[in-house]
Amino acid sequence: MGKTRVVVTGLGASTPIGGDVASTWDGLLAGKSGSRTLPWDNLDALPVQFAAQAAVEPADTGVIPKPRMRRMDRCQQFALIAAIEAMKDAGYAHGDTEGLTIDSDRLGVVLSSGIGGLHSALDSYDVFKEKGWRRVSPFTVPMLMPNGSAAHVGLEFNATAGIHALVSACSSSAEAIGYGIDMIRAGRADTVIAGGTEACIHPLQMASFGAMRAMSTRNDAPELASRPYDKARDGFVLGEGAAVLILESEEHARARGAKIYAYASGVGYSADGHDMVQPPEDGRGAAKAMQRCLADAGLEPEQIIHINAHGTSTPQGDVAELAGIKKAFGDHAYRLNITATKSMTGHLLGGAGALEALVTVLTLRDGLVPPTVNLENLDDAVDLDIVHGEPRKLADGPAAALNNSFGFGGHNVTLAFERAL
Amino acid sequence: MAEVSTQTILDGLGEIVEEIVGIPAADVTPEKNFIDDLDIDSLSMVEIAVAAQDKFGVEIPDDELKNLRTVQDVVDYVQGLAAKA
Repeated sequence: MGKTRVVVTGLGASTPIGGDVASTWDGLLAGKSGSRTLPWDNLDALPVQFAAQAAVEPADTGVIPKPRMRRMDRCQQFALIAAIEAMKDAGYAHGDTEGLTIDSDRLGVVLSSGIGGLHSALDSYDVFKEKGWRRVSPFTVPMLMPNGSAAHVGLEFNATAGIHALVSACSSSAEAIGYGIDMIRAGRADTVIAGGTEACIHPLQMASFGAMRAMSTRNDAPELASRPYDKARDGFVLGEGAAVLILESEEHARARGAKIYAYASGVGYSADGHDMVQPPEDGRGAAKAMQRCLADAGLEPEQIIHINAHGTSTPQGDVAELAGIKKAFGDHAYRLNITATKSMTGHLLGGAGALEALVTVLTLRDGLVPPTVNLENLDDAVDLDIVHGEPRKLADGPAAALNNSFGFGGHNVTLAFERAL
Repeated sequence: MAEVSTQTILDGLGEIVEEIVGIPAADVTPEKNFIDDLDIDSLSMVEIAVAAQDKFGVEIPDDELKNLRTVQDVVDYVQGLAAKA
């Protein structure tokens, strides 16, 4: 064999459903939607007037000292809060929390954002226009750069094995986890803080995604707007927040007696070679990512019992992904329990892959698949088994699951996780 | 421009430093060196200078900023400009 096995030993999150992992997971099992009307003036100027804003404001957590908060973009705040929760959960020391002190040179960070510090960039531009360059914050550049979140987390934990921030739109943080797995396999680190973050619920994004006709315009019922696989779906719902997984070599985790949530078994990548923003109808790019992921993880298709789908609630994307699943799995596709987390969380863009990886890990641990909500009338084109209505119990024993993430630009990333027994 | 009292400047500077870098305003006393005693980095000094300009209505050019090493230096600088005005 030879390949180092990678395990997940800690989880952290700040999402539209809850301010931490426990409240997020409880909310997802309860079928809770995070989508709400935006508390903004001049909503009439926008085509889409709702989003899935974070359940808990970063400032209200008290996790980050106020002066530091001023120098962090909102996406960086979410990332750091989630990373601190995950590292504590993994049993590492932080602040007043007792735990294992880690060798800095064996700790890495791979943390992505699809967009970066959009609020900071636009706010600083407003200051510049109104008051001139001298009033622009000297921290504007580190606040808007897309690697800023990874850098903040790296500094917090003094991670000197390497800090990376891969960018591939909505598959960014799935790629981050894949890269984290590879960092450990390559022997570059024992532990990697891997995840993603996004905070771009801003009028410009509501306007620009609106201009693409990519988002749901169900302004009269925001909580019903994200409805993957439903006949009446009309686009995605923008979300914000962060999710972080602590990846660790199995050897390192076992030696320190860490709790093990699951194996992070492998990753598969592909590119569509088709279009900037549309997937090919037959899902061939997605299928390749899934097949390569199975090969990388050393799993047979029949070992997979569950897929946490990308499922964003767009008319084309949802069915193209299912076509890809059929291409990759053949008849076994009909035995898969499939769910779309975005029906509740909305779409966290660069944070989505990590959040859904986290959900996949908890699904395997608890043997419960969270439902796809708002699925009232299944699209005629959908003949696979979409879990909806209420959570579905998975059988005990060995279990493996895939998590798909796709991004504008034609990026496809699939991650594989296995239950730790 | 009327002379600004030393206490007004100290109070104002204390508020700014507390807001920007989180050091309690009470620690911002005349003899303190921004870098050595208060552990304030150069970019934070830029932020503090901009906030001080807004609060006290005086321009602090970048060339002057490096000469303002202690809290007393800022008091003297602001009062000096006020006296000239």
